[in-house]
Amino acid sequence: MLSAKHKTGLVFFPAFDWAISPTHPEREERLLYTQDQVFEEGILDIEGIEEYRPDLVTVKDVQRVHFCVPSVWDVMTESHFISAGGAKTIGMAVMDKRIERGFALVRPPGHHAMRVVHGARGFCNVNIEAIMIEYLRRAYGINKVAIVDTDCHHGDGTQDIYWHDPDTLFLSIHQDGRTLYPGSGFMQEFGGPTALGTTLNIPLPPKTSEEGFLYITENVVLPILEEFKPDIIVNSAGQDNHYSDPITNMNFSAQGYAKLTSLLKPDIAVLEGGYAIEGALPYVNVGIILAMAGIDYSKVREPDYNPDRIRQSKDITGYIEKTAETVLGLWDQRVSIGEKVRGKDKIAERTRRLFYDTDNITENQKESLMVCPDCSGALRIDSTSSRDKHILAVHIPRDACHACKERGYEWYDVKPHGYDIKFLQDRPQDKYLEDHKGKE
Amino acid sequence: MIIGLDVGGTHTDVVLIGDQGIERETKVVTDHSNLFKTVLTGLEKVTEGIDHKKINRIVLSTTLTTNAIVQHKLAPVGMIVAGGPGIDPEYYRTNIDYCCVKGSIDHRGRETEPVNPSEIKQIRDQFRKKDIRYVGIVSKFSVRNPQHELTINEILGNSFDKVFMGHRISGKLNFPRRIATVFINAAVYPIHKDFFEAVKRSLNKKGFTMPIHILKADGGTMTFDSSVDFPGQTILSGPAASVMGSIAFASRDEENLVLDIGGTTTDMAVLIDRVPVLNALGIQLDGYKSIIRSLATQSIGIGGDSHVCIENGKLKIGPERLGPALAYGGPSLTPTDALVALGIIPELNKDKSILGLKPLAETLNLSLDQTAQKIVDQTCNEIVKNAHKMVREINSKPVYTVHEVYEDYTVKPKKVLVLGGPAQHFAPNLEKLFNLEVKVVPRWSVANAIGAALARTTCEVTLFADTEQGKASAPEENFFRNVSQLFSKEDAIKIAYDLLKEKAIKRGADPQDLDMEVLEDLEFNMVRGFYTTGKNIRIKVQVKPGLIHGYDQISNS
Repeated sequence: MLSAKHKTGLVFFPAFDWAISPTHPEREERLLYTQDQVFEEGILDIEGIEEYRPDLVTVKDVQRVHFCVPSVWDVMTESHFISAGGAKTIGMAVMDKRIERGFALVRPPGHHAMRVVHGARGFCNVNIEAIMIEYLRRAYGINKVAIVDTDCHHGDGTQDIYWHDPDTLFLSIHQDGRTLYPGSGFMQEFGGPTALGTTLNIPLPPKTSEEGFLYITENVVLPILEEFKPDIIVNSAGQDNHYSDPITNMNFSAQGYAKLTSLLKPDIAVLEGGYAIEGALPYVNVGIILAMAGIDYSKVREPDYNPDRIRQSKDITGYIEKTAETVLGLWDQRVSIGEKVRGKDKIAERTRRLFYDTDNITENQKESLMVCPDCSGALRIDSTSSRDKHILAVHIPRDACHACKERGYEWYDVKPHGYDIKFLQDRPQDKYLEDHKGKE
Repeated sequence: MIIGLDVGGTHTDVVLIGDQGIERETKVVTDHSNLFKTVLTGLEKVTEGIDHKKINRIVLSTTLTTNAIVQHKLAPVGMIVAGGPGIDPEYYRTNIDYCCVKGSIDHRGRETEPVNPSEIKQIRDQFRKKDIRYVGIVSKFSVRNPQHELTINEILGNSFDKVFMGHRISGKLNFPRRIATVFINAAVYPIHKDFFEAVKRSLNKKGFTMPIHILKADGGTMTFDSSVDFPGQTILSGPAASVMGSIAFASRDEENLVLDIGGTTTDMAVLIDRVPVLNALGIQLDGYKSIIRSLATQSIGIGGDSHVCIENGKLKIGPERLGPALAYGGPSLTPTDALVALGIIPELNKDKSILGLKPLAETLNLSLDQTAQKIVDQTCNEIVKNAHKMVREINSKPVYTVHEVYEDYTVKPKKVLVLGGPAQHFAPNLEKLFNLEVKVVPRWSVANAIGAALARTTCEVTLFADTEQGKASAPEENFFRNVSQLFSKEDAIKIAYDLLKEKAIKRGADPQDLDMEVLEDLEFNMVRGFYTTGKNIRIKVQVKPGLIHGYDQISNS
C-alpha cells in the first residue's frame, strides 16, 4: 500500500463559487480539473496525507501585514479570508507538528499584493503567504523564514513586504521582467538598505526548460538556503512556468515541478498562479503533492509531454549559468554592498508609482526608512491613489529598537494631519491602529 | 407481511412485521460454517403456521460476503487495470493476477493513449490458462468515459463467467477505490450468487415466490437479482441494520446519535431528520478501501463484555473480549460484572463478579463499589468521547465553496438513541455525560432485523455533462446522450432523476415511495481564450436511506 514518507497536509480550496469576472483566468473553473485528478488518483486516501478544512484569517492577521485602504473589509472578499486562512491552517499544522509538510492548494492567490493595498494587482488582493508567515512568527516565535517563489511572474508583492526585513529571505525565480508582467524582479533588486541581500531575484529567459530551473535550484537556491539557515521554507508554488501556460513563455513540466519540490523540500507550499487549467495544473499539482509527501511521482506526466520538444537551447543554458554566477556573486558580497549603499544617510527615501492592473488604480508612494544600526528601522509610507485616497502608513518592525519605536509613534501622531486615513503597525506589541477621522 | 433477517456474530435475529407492527420475533444461533442452514432455520421459525401468500417481502442481511473477505475465502480473479499518467497503478495491486495495461483517458474523458488489443488478448489467454473465471476491468477516469473498459471487455469476449467493469459500480472519482471495489465484487461473486440462489430455491420449494431483497452497507436494499452485478454492496450490512432499526424512534428535523452497545464493540452513527449520514467515500474492510456506499459508522472496541484490567497502574477497558462476563461463567472481569456488582443488573452470580473486582479494588485502593462505579464511568466516558470525536469528524468534512465555508452547517445531536444488551443499564450514566436525552430503543434486541425488514431500496446516480464536447453521460447507468450548448443544469437534474427512478424501481423500490434528493449540482462555465465555450455540469442524486412507508406503527408496537 502507498504511504507518505513525510506526513503531508493539504488544504484544498478551489473556491468553486468565486471569480474575478466570468471569463477571467482567475475563475471558478480554475481548479476543477485539478480536483478531478486529485480525487481520481485517490491522493487523499494515501496513508500520511491529511486533508484539512481551511480556517478563516482574522482582520488582525491581515493588519499585521497590510495597510488596507480604506479598510480590510473593502479590499477582501470572503474568498480571500479563506485562501489566506487555508495557508494559515497548513502553517499551523506544520508548526504543531501534526504534519511534516503542507500544501495550501487555494485560490485566489496573493504574491502580487504589496504592503499597501488600494485594490487588486495581478489577480491578488492580499498576500496570503505573508499573512501566514507573520501569524506564525507571532504565534510560534519563529524568526528566520525563506520564501522561494517559483511562480513565472515576479513575486513583487512579497518582495515589497519583505524589502526591509533581514530575517526573511525572499528568492524569486521567474520569467525575465522585460518580457512579462509585472516587469520587475531584476537582479539589481536586492533589498532595502537595512536588509540588503535578503531579496534575491533570478530572472530566467523565455523558453527555460526543466534543465534551467533545476540548475538554478541546485546551484543557487539550495546553497543560499543552506547558508541562510531558515526556521521554515515557504514555497510560493505558482505553476505558470508550464510549457502549456497561456499567459507565459516558459517550458517547465510536471516532472520538473515535482523534482524541484523534492530538491527544495519546502515546509509549506502555497499555490500561486498557473492558468493551463486542463493540460498542466492537474498533473503539476499531483506531482507537487507526491513530491512533498515523498511518494514515487515517476509516472506523473502530461499526456502530451515530450521532453525533446521543450528542451532548452544551448544559448539559454549559457545565459542561465551566467545569471546563476551573478546572483551568487551578489549574495557573497551582500555585506560590503550593504555598507556602500547605506552610506551616511539617517533616512533612506524612495518614491514609486505603482499600478494595480486588475483594478486599474495608480498609486504614488513616498517611503522613508530609518537606516538604523540597531534594527531594521521604522518605516513611513505616504501614499496617494487615483481613487483619491491619501494615507499615512507607519510600520514599526518586529525587531525595532527603542528609538525606532518612538520615531514610529512620532510619525503616526503628527497633528494636525491632512490624511484621509492614518495607519500604524506596531509589530513588537502586535497592535494596529487606524485613524479615519480625516482632515482636521 | 414482511420478514427481516439479520445474521449477527452470535445470533441471527428474525422478525415478522404486519400492518399492526411486529407479529413475531425469534433468534437462532448463528452457525458460521453453515449460514445457509442458519438463514433457513430462522425463516422457518418465524413463518411457522403462517400463510405464505401473506408475506410479500423478505429482506436478508448476512455476513456472507464480509466473512469471505475477512477470512480470505475469495475466488481467483483476474484484474486488468489501465492507468495512464499519474500514480503507478502497480501500487494498488489487489492480487496476483493483476495486469497494468496501456490505455489512458484524461479528466475530461478524452482518450490520450489507446488500448493495445494484442496486449489484452495475451492477458486473456494467460487468465484462461490459469482457469480464472472472474475478471475485473478498471481504467482511470472510466466514470467520464468508459470506452476503454468496454473495449477491453469486448476483446475478452465470452471467455469468462463474469466480468465486472469499474464504470458500472460507481460514478465517483477514485481510481484506487474503484480497483479495490471491482476486485471485491468479482472475488465474492460466486459465493454470493451460489448462496442466494440456494436460499431462493429452498424458499420457492416452500411456496415463497416473492423477490428476496438484500440489505446493503448504506442502509438500503436491492433485490437479489440486481445484487449479482454488485455483490460487494452487501458487505458490512450488519451495523447498517441496527441503525435503520432505530430510525422509527428518532426525532424529525433534528440530529440524533445512535449507539449500538454490544458485547465486544460499540457502533455509532448519526441521523439527521431520520436519515443516516453516509460515508463520503466508501466502506473500508480488511485493508480494502472501497467506493461502496455505506453509513458513516464508527466502531470502537468497548462493549459489555470488554476485558477489564489494570495496565501501568491504570484501569483499562477493552478493546479485546475474552468471553462473557464472570457472572455468566466467563473468564474475565467485564463492565457487565461492574453493573452486576452494583446491583444494577440483578443476577444470582453476583459473587463471581465481586470476586473478580477484588484484586482491582486493592490495586486501585478503592472500595468494591467505587471500583465498579469507576469501571462503569470509564466505559461510558470512552463511549461519549468517541461519539464526540465522530461528530467532529463529520463536521470537519472539507468543503469547496465560499458559500459552504460561511454557511458552516454543523451537526449537533439533540438526542441519543441506544440499543444493545447493556445499553439500558448504561443509559442513565450516558445521559449525564452527554447532557442530552438518552432513549433506549424499544425492542432493541431485534432492532437490526426490524431495520432490515423496513429499509427502503436506495441508489445513487451521477450525471456528467460537458457541453463543449456536446455530451451528457452517466456511464454507471449506461446512459450517453449528445447535447447542445443550451443544455442546462435543470435539464441535467431532470435526466438524473429519471435515471434514478428507473434504477431504483429495477432494484426493487416501490415507485410510490421514492424519497429522492440532489446531493450535488455543480455548473461551471468553461472558458477557452476569452470566450465561454461550454458548460461543465456535475449532478449527483440519490434515493435517501430510510424506512418504507406504511409501517410507522412499528414505533408504537
